[in-house]
Amino acid sequence: MTDSFLPPELLRILFAAICAIVVVFGNALVMGYLERKFAGRFQRRPGPMEVGWQGLLQLAVDGVKLVGKQLVIPRQADKVLYRIAPIVSFAPAVLPLLVIPFSPKLQGRDFDIGLIFILAVVAINVLAILIAGWGSNNKYSLLGAMRSVAQNVAYEIPMLLTLLSVILVTNTFSLKGIVAAQEGLWFILVMPVAFLIFFVATVAETNRAPFDLPEAESELTAGFMTEFSGMGFSLFFMAEYTYMFIACSLTVILFLGGWHGPPLPYAEYTSALWFFLKVYFLLIVMIWIRWTFPRVRFDQLLNFCWKYLVPFSLVHLLVTAVVLKI
Amino acid sequence: MIVYRYLAECIFFGFIALIFFGGLLTVRARLLMHAVLGLAVAFIGVAGLFFHLGSPFMAMMQVLIYVGAVCVMLVFGVMVGQAPTRTGQPRLTGHNRQLAAGSCGLGFVLLTATLVRTRWAAAAERVGDFSMQHLGESFLHRFVLAFELISVILLIAILGAIIIARSPEEKTPS
Repeated sequence: MTDSFLPPELLRILFAAICAIVVVFGNALVMGYLERKFAGRFQRRPGPMEVGWQGLLQLAVDGVKLVGKQLVIPRQADKVLYRIAPIVSFAPAVLPLLVIPFSPKLQGRDFDIGLIFILAVVAINVLAILIAGWGSNNKYSLLGAMRSVAQNVAYEIPMLLTLLSVILVTNTFSLKGIVAAQEGLWFILVMPVAFLIFFVATVAETNRAPFDLPEAESELTAGFMTEFSGMGFSLFFMAEYTYMFIACSLTVILFLGGWHGPPLPYAEYTSALWFFLKVYFLLIVMIWIRWTFPRVRFDQLLNFCWKYLVPFSLVHLLVTAVVLKI
Repeated sequence: MIVYRYLAECIFFGFIALIFFGGLLTVRARLLMHAVLGLAVAFIGVAGLFFHLGSPFMAMMQVLIYVGAVCVMLVFGVMVGQAPTRTGQPRLTGHNRQLAAGSCGLGFVLLTATLVRTRWAAAAERVGDFSMQHLGESFLHRFVLAFELISVILLIAILGAIIIARSPEEKTPS
């Protein structure tokens, strides 16, 4: 290869990064709209209707409003930490999108250890929530942050254990390899229990209702986000929707066969359609759960994890190992 | 390809700078929280170095365990315990000064001695094998001691956080 100034590989990575950011923003718009529409329908009201046809432009208008808003920093807050917290939360949300295989060819980079990469990067979000909670110097923020950590640390265990069961079967950490192993038989049929545990754990990990204790409105105002307004708030908001997208993508990759589906023309690229359909189906299920179930109490949350999910996932891992050995 | 090499060099020195910045922040910060976050920055820099040296697995583990677990544990310890939000004034007088100088010097000598005495063999053909068998064999057979020692780190982190958070309280009789 010649010494060109911009090597094609670099261009490819830049292009993938731009696409990832487009996905982040697009997903936040779509999810914001879906959430408000579905919330409306579940409560027997139409949801946003005024801006655009069926309220389609509502989110764009909201975005403009949030960008234009004045940034208010509380006087007692830790200025530096308060400013960097939304960025620390948002930046790692973009990275996993680079390794998620949307279709056999649509992937930023095939990583041998893509699964570990996603888990490692997503772990930084907990730190961001802690920084936000501590930095805003507000008791609601601090309480929300501490709840968030306890919850995330607890629910990571059943999540990782069920994930290990899948790894035992596929014998690879490459996301592409895991999807390829489900040709014909999705893992949800092989291990439905693992799918359930994993999905519940991801709902808790993304701080979604009924596990949204870190931002429980009725007790903590808005939890760790209480003091944030304008772009600070919207970065957290987009990061949360992106983490939901990543969590559902992982569920689809691990259990729902990734891009596999009825054959399409140019399947190497267009089969991403099946991937997105499955991901958005799961996201809508998450919205459905949020508007159907009441929020759990904190002791119920931790009891449910330590007394049910962890033992079940441990037994599941054991059974998987034994079955594989036979 | 020369562009790649320049990029790699720049990124390498960037990570070195990050480690120094994080380390300085950890040592010099007045607020305990800032110190822990400086540590997190330094850890991310170390992870970057692992990545630069062609060991993504180590880099991921560094982020997962040190940033994701150890730092979060420390921050949690700082917030939950009745911790002083500020670190105590350094008491570098007489005996303390000698002890500090001694331990720093010893650490420096030991590290340099190891660096100089080790005959650095070129890395073997990089294994891109992340299968269960290979990982299991590495962890539980070849590198079992390192693996077991690493698992003590979380315990040390928690204990350290508790000690840092509690020590000034015991001096004031309540």
